[in-house]
Amino acid sequence: MRLRSRTLRRAGLNALGVLVALVTLFPIFWMVSTAFKPATEIYSLTPHPLPAHPTLGNFRSVIDGKVIGLPYWNFLKNSLFVTLASVAASMLISLLAAIAVARFKFRFRTSYLIMLLIVQMLPQQAMVIALFLDFRSLGLLDNLVGLILVYTAFSLPVTIWMLRNFVAAVPREMEEAAAIDGAGPVRIFWRIMLPLVAPGLVATSVFAFIFAWNEFIFALTFLGTDYAKYTLPIYVTYFYGRGTVDWGSIMAASTLFTIPVMAFFLIVQRRMTNGLVAGAVKG
Amino acid sequence: MVRTASGQPGRIPGSQDPASPAGRAGRRGPAGPGSRDGGGARQRAVAFVRRHHLTPYVLLLPSAVAIGLLLFWPTVQIAEFSFQNYGIPQLTGQVPTQWVGTANFSAILSDPEFWLSLRISLVFAAVVVPLTLLAGTLVGLLLNRLGPRMAAFVSSTAMLAWATPAVSASVIFIWLTDPDGGVVDWTLSRLPSWLGGGAQWAGFSWTNSALPAYTLLTVLVVWQGFPFVAVAVLAGLKTIPAELHESARVDGGGAWRIFWRVTYPLLKPIFLVLLLLSIIWDFGVFTQAYLVTGELGNRDEYNLGIYAYDRAFTMPPSYGIGSALALILTVILLIITVGYVRASVRQGAVQ
Repeated sequence: MRLRSRTLRRAGLNALGVLVALVTLFPIFWMVSTAFKPATEIYSLTPHPLPAHPTLGNFRSVIDGKVIGLPYWNFLKNSLFVTLASVAASMLISLLAAIAVARFKFRFRTSYLIMLLIVQMLPQQAMVIALFLDFRSLGLLDNLVGLILVYTAFSLPVTIWMLRNFVAAVPREMEEAAAIDGAGPVRIFWRIMLPLVAPGLVATSVFAFIFAWNEFIFALTFLGTDYAKYTLPIYVTYFYGRGTVDWGSIMAASTLFTIPVMAFFLIVQRRMTNGLVAGAVKG
Repeated sequence: MVRTASGQPGRIPGSQDPASPAGRAGRRGPAGPGSRDGGGARQRAVAFVRRHHLTPYVLLLPSAVAIGLLLFWPTVQIAEFSFQNYGIPQLTGQVPTQWVGTANFSAILSDPEFWLSLRISLVFAAVVVPLTLLAGTLVGLLLNRLGPRMAAFVSSTAMLAWATPAVSASVIFIWLTDPDGGVVDWTLSRLPSWLGGGAQWAGFSWTNSALPAYTLLTVLVVWQGFPFVAVAVLAGLKTIPAELHESARVDGGGAWRIFWRVTYPLLKPIFLVLLLLSIIWDFGVFTQAYLVTGELGNRDEYNLGIYAYDRAFTMPPSYGIGSALALILTVILLIITVGYVRASVRQGAVQ
């Protein structure tokens, strides 16, 4: 009797889990499914979950860039350039800062950490006004370098917090032992700190990657009319803004844009969430 | 807290001053005429940094410069512009910018569109935050009771919703609710009337007025926001010893009672941080609201952030009014941030 009620309860919980998963997945499923549907099925009076006659036509029109006059690769290249450059800069700068706050005691340490918590919350739609005017006078509008600067700086508060936890987790004894063996600080950094912090760097760089890859407000504001400079989020919404809305192309563009992020996320899921939760909630 | 925030930027540059000449000397070293001299300068710089315990400041310098120039300075500028008349003539240099006192603010306060956008932001946060926390907590509790495989499966799908970029999530939900061909209207029009369905839903437009648009945004933001809450709650639940729950169950507590008597008090600090973070995110939601309300133009659907952006950038742009609105938004969010920082400090996150 008892056993049966327990298996019943387990089955009930599992059913609930499957239901949550299905509801959560539905919008993503619908995006991918629509991307493979021909126009007649997209605008049919009875929508079907799966395409009856799957087609690559939507993907082809996105990749050829018929709507905007430039191929998809152009925008992919822009997004990759901006994202990779800002991730590299952000990792270098935040690793230095993370070592400072995790390994040294100094006067403004706590103030610096609190300052990071505060600036992390500054609204981007407010600061974009001032940065637009600054970048205009510096000639950094319609310029991908301007975006790299902004993405690097805006990811720093979170990446420093995340990396701080990973640096702090490296046992101090190992560094001390190496120092006794006569290794200088540079050698200790390359031989001990870097290899041990590497997993943390990967998790943190995924955060920085996703932030830069997804960013919308600054790209929208800085990349005014120069289509060739658009990053992928702006390219996706470009389809959306034009009179007759071609949902097949939008969903195809959105699928191509979203899948890399999801893949990244699933690969480093565990570390990523641990780091984020540690950064946001508790070390 | 506020004192720390405002005193901070003044102090940091001061603390860097001694460090920067050292850093510069170190970089110049190898470029000097003789490599031996260069090495000497470098060694002297290293010795200087060591002797004065400047290493942490040198390490912090790049991040402090980047944050100072690209986050802190623009905030100061916003505050400055909000007391100026700053539009196209001032931008092109035909007319110098002038200080106008609080004229921008009195214009805003007597503007019904400002009050509407503020109300939309407040009501939206008041609805979405509790829903996100509720959904996230329920899924977190469920994940904690599922077997390891099932839990991994469900949390992976939740992670996918979280990982979906704001732009993609927005266009997906706009497509789902499209009047021609969207699956939501189709489903609603076929539901029996006792479930709220009916023919009136066929071709219903979700984005043409504020209430349906923000209903759609609510579902969208909860969908994207609950996984973070679920993961954080699950991480907190893992820290609660199983014996506590068991002894509560032996004492005859139901699930509801156990949650409020055992789980909630122990996770209270986590809930506080999640609550404040959610308020900050949902009050300031931009990308999703911008896209769902049809980019710019539907003024009766603006939230505060979009209204500030519209006043600053839509022709004719008024950077002064836009900055004043942005300053109001920033101040509101900073007040909540103070609560967030205090909660984090109390939890010992800043050590």
